[in-house]
Amino acid sequence: MLRFIISKLGVLIPTFLGVTLIAFSFIRMLPGDPIELLAGERGVSPERHAQLMADLGFDRPIWEQYFSFLWGILQGDFGVSFTSRTPVLEEFLTRFPATVELAGCAIIFAALIGLPAGIIAAVKRGSAFDHTLMGISLAGYSMPIFWWGLLLIILFSSPDMLGLTPVSGRLSALFWIDQDTGFMLIDAFVSDEKGAFKSAVSHLILPTIVLGTIPMAIIARQTRSAMLEVLGEDYVRTAKAKGLSPLRIVGVHALRNALITVITVIGLQVGVLLAGAILTETIFSWPGIGKWMIDSISRRDYFAVQGGIVLIASIVMTVNLLVDFMYGLINPRILHRR
Amino acid sequence: MIKRGLLATAALASMLTMGAVTAEAKTFVYCSEGSPEGFTPALYTSGTSFDASSRNIYNRLVEFERGSTIMQPGLAESWEVSEDGLSYTFKLRPGVKFHTTKYFTPSRELNADDVLFSFNRQWKADHPYHKVSGGTYEYFSGYVSFPDILQTIEKVDDLTVKFTLQKPDAAFISKIAIDFASIHSAEYAQQMMDAGSPEKFDQEPIGTGPFQFVSYQKDAFIRYQANENYWSGRAPLDKLVFAITPDAQVAYQKLAAGECHLVPYPNQADLAAIEANKDLTVDSQEGMNVGYLAFNTEKKPFDDKRVRQALNYAMNKESIIKAVFQGAGNAAKNPLPPTLWGYNEEIQDYPYDPAKAKALLAEAGVTELSTNIWAMPVKRPYNPNARRMAELIQADWANVGVNAEIVSMEWGEYLSRSQKGDHDTVLLGWTADYPDPDNFLSLLNCASAKSGGNRARWCHKEFDDLFQEAVKVSDPEKRTQLYEQAQAVFKEEAPWVTVAHSVVHKAMSNKVVDFRIDPLGGHVFYGVDLEE
Amino acid sequence: MSEVQNTAEQSSVPEQISPLRQQFREFWFYFSENKGAVVGLFFFLFIVFIALFADLIAPHSPDQQNRDFILIPPFWQDGGSIEFLLGTDAVGRDLLSRLMHGSRFSLFAGCIVIVISLTFGVLLGLSAGYFRGFYEVIVMRVMDVILSIPSLLMALVLVAMLGPGLRNAMIAISITYLPHYVRLARASAVAESARDYVTASKVAGAGTMRLMLVTILPNCMAPLIVQASLSFSTAILDTAALGFLGMGAQPPASEWGTMLAEAREFILSAWWVVTFPGIAILLTVLAINLMGDGLRDALDPKMKRS
Repeated sequence: MLRFIISKLGVLIPTFLGVTLIAFSFIRMLPGDPIELLAGERGVSPERHAQLMADLGFDRPIWEQYFSFLWGILQGDFGVSFTSRTPVLEEFLTRFPATVELAGCAIIFAALIGLPAGIIAAVKRGSAFDHTLMGISLAGYSMPIFWWGLLLIILFSSPDMLGLTPVSGRLSALFWIDQDTGFMLIDAFVSDEKGAFKSAVSHLILPTIVLGTIPMAIIARQTRSAMLEVLGEDYVRTAKAKGLSPLRIVGVHALRNALITVITVIGLQVGVLLAGAILTETIFSWPGIGKWMIDSISRRDYFAVQGGIVLIASIVMTVNLLVDFMYGLINPRILHRR
Repeated sequence: MIKRGLLATAALASMLTMGAVTAEAKTFVYCSEGSPEGFTPALYTSGTSFDASSRNIYNRLVEFERGSTIMQPGLAESWEVSEDGLSYTFKLRPGVKFHTTKYFTPSRELNADDVLFSFNRQWKADHPYHKVSGGTYEYFSGYVSFPDILQTIEKVDDLTVKFTLQKPDAAFISKIAIDFASIHSAEYAQQMMDAGSPEKFDQEPIGTGPFQFVSYQKDAFIRYQANENYWSGRAPLDKLVFAITPDAQVAYQKLAAGECHLVPYPNQADLAAIEANKDLTVDSQEGMNVGYLAFNTEKKPFDDKRVRQALNYAMNKESIIKAVFQGAGNAAKNPLPPTLWGYNEEIQDYPYDPAKAKALLAEAGVTELSTNIWAMPVKRPYNPNARRMAELIQADWANVGVNAEIVSMEWGEYLSRSQKGDHDTVLLGWTADYPDPDNFLSLLNCASAKSGGNRARWCHKEFDDLFQEAVKVSDPEKRTQLYEQAQAVFKEEAPWVTVAHSVVHKAMSNKVVDFRIDPLGGHVFYGVDLEE
Repeated sequence: MSEVQNTAEQSSVPEQISPLRQQFREFWFYFSENKGAVVGLFFFLFIVFIALFADLIAPHSPDQQNRDFILIPPFWQDGGSIEFLLGTDAVGRDLLSRLMHGSRFSLFAGCIVIVISLTFGVLLGLSAGYFRGFYEVIVMRVMDVILSIPSLLMALVLVAMLGPGLRNAMIAISITYLPHYVRLARASAVAESARDYVTASKVAGAGTMRLMLVTILPNCMAPLIVQASLSFSTAILDTAALGFLGMGAQPPASEWGTMLAEAREFILSAWWVVTFPGIAILLTVLAINLMGDGLRDALDPKMKRS
């Protein structure tokens, strides 16, 4: 196990350095800069421009800038956002819970529907249910989620149509609750404002569906094929021949396979999920890190973008590591095979 | 977790009644268009930040009357200007209290130290607060260039402050009514400095205004409550919430669903639907801005005024405005908006006349002209869709034999390259910083042709002389006359196609009482009420 | 990971050298077993047809503005007209014609992304697997770096850097897809290099390039083709997503995502300008995915999954 961890770290450290290098250099190659954007139509004189760039530390040699960036990261200092003048790490941390909440709910939603659907489809292989379900899941997999979100808003939120769910945001503006954890469901639950929790839940529904659609389709498909494989194996056939009910066989084997599938999907999809979060958060004005990154890119907020990329990549890497690890726990064979 | 899933379904099934919680307190929800950069207006330049700070939690010495550009006393009860126009003495209003909040309790009332602090922080590089929170003061040092205007600011006594200028400036009083000149509490600043967290001063604001800050959840909400001790009387509202909703579409839906009371920038496409909704109202006013197409007069053939006039004639302005603004814009004939004093009513715009355009082009000896139109990549108040506008102009010009290619690039690059004069023709515009023709016409003088702010790069002796003269004169009538003449010269020379002045629309719930559109683009909630 | 292992297993069964026709017949046998795949194929061919002959079959020019017919609804609604079957957009352009021309952008983007990422991915992957050593480590770490940044974020930053536009969007998306190909190709190359037939060719004096491209490559084509069919559909989705965020094809181009972005403000007042481009994307991607499923069944009967 120790060797496993060490070998993983041997890969992770250079990858992490690579990410910092990419984040650092890409952002400096962007055309336009925050000072020009801030000045807008008024323009800014070359002298003042140079002065402001120097204030931001952009007049130093490029390698010096990189190493101070790297040194800062090691100390947990990701610089200060140009637009808000607050530390990037703080900016990130205040928004991160919103994204985690959304992504977590999306995965749970996807698993709650995708798993049973996949299992039933596998057991009833070739039936009308199987075909319909696989058709739907392929459609879900092919869904342009930015359009899907707009469509759902029209259907469910528009007062002219169903008017069931709120349009955007995380909570109705009428509730004044404290953000202790940053997770709206928890904060709303512990607050004494009546109805706040209900409001938080209702705000989560559409974004969860939109972000959960693709993972749900993937989980359903993967579960089905994993189940088919298990059902085809000798010992299951033997069990069947012995007269055990298919339901029981499925029950016993479904759990492990389901778990492995979900973990794999989460592991492989964490990047996809975060990418989807960028679109979902944009559509629903969800105050998470995806939206923050888009805004920061368009404002050329160098420190926010480079810090944000490094932080997001670190999360992806950490999750992948955890998934590998859990994979090993559930299925020790894999660990040994490596 | 599963339980929560069930709850979600149950909640959905029970026909959620969003926002139907009727608290006794009057809570006004404003669907603001974006997140503020911070709460000290002097540090920032965006209207979004000003709405969240200066316009609701701070006061200035002199202020614009709500919903107009008329000056009225703010924290200064009165002021005197010396004969030579070089010194301004302000008498402060006695008994003005700063906000008492969870994080600050004032021990004294407003005095001259607060005024000195507010200006010196921006002015003096050695001021302890100068470098705090990035320390760039774009308005103070850039746009109104106070370092070039101010000589001294002195405390005469506790309630008297004297500003001395280096040279007379007819627009000085308008300038100190701008957001960056908001008055902060020097006492609070000192407290934060002593506590070793000066940047908190800019994140948890203390002002004298009608609302006081409660909390800010990034990208989500800003919460305020009424200042019980407001010097001009407590606001009718109890609580004010900015629900940050960048998407206009979404904001409209929230408005329709009763989740917010006012939407600042509704989509033009939705206006008809909003007006048709019996629970909603749309108010409109002509904005203080102008959208234009500037010809690069340094490049051939745009150095020839006949070519510029011809391309003016070639544009079907009415149909362009209809397609781009969808009713939210009026054709412009002057570089000034009609809501501003000094606007010349007499000017005749170039009518749509392709035949005349062709004749003029032929006269100028221009055949088969290939040029470009730069179109902004962003939505601005004076031009909600520059690309669409460029496509339409392109089609119109093609009719008179002018081939134009549409060029677009990243906004920052667009601004800096057009400042350098890389374009043939460029779409841009201007929104007033302060209500004075000087603010618009300085885009066309020789100094800005040199610095690049003048996108037409147009330096015309007669126009420039009139402009220079008007800054020095203090008599408003004389100034009006000079500006009117300047506009006539401008129209004849046609360095721009003046395209449009946008009409500003505010969509609101019928419950909203007495919201007034601010010609300078702000959103002020003092005086607004909600009726049940 | 599992895909990689499967590749190794699969290629351990040496392919029988059979005439091309035989191979194709076998392919078609498995492919046509999947009804969905056949439907997908026909729909896909239909879209290809539209894209190729858009100029001839589109009722109007996609850029022609009819300023008297702004935001006309589809013909079956009140106020609609037969002249504009699916209605018009905000400057009076025929929506149907724009959608037809838009198919060109999507298919083109899909193809180019595959060509770029496949070519560079295979070259990098094969060379890494063949040469091993430090070179391999570098290549694989770079791929890890790309994988650890969410693809859309990576693409957004790249496009912001290169400048918004269809060409740069395609380049950016191709880069985010590289790691999949590199990993597949490298794994195959590593596995294949050790096999007897490679050693045999080596002994026979085959050059490095020849070994990599002629000897090893054909034996790991199947998973690459499956991967390519997958990325064809995601490339179309990602191009549209970038267009939607204003970073892809720029107006007035009738790329579907860009059309959606432009139409967004009309979501409640003119449903057709929002709905149809989305449906076009969904159907096209769905058809390609259906086809991809069939392709996987046909090329890799052992992997038979769905």
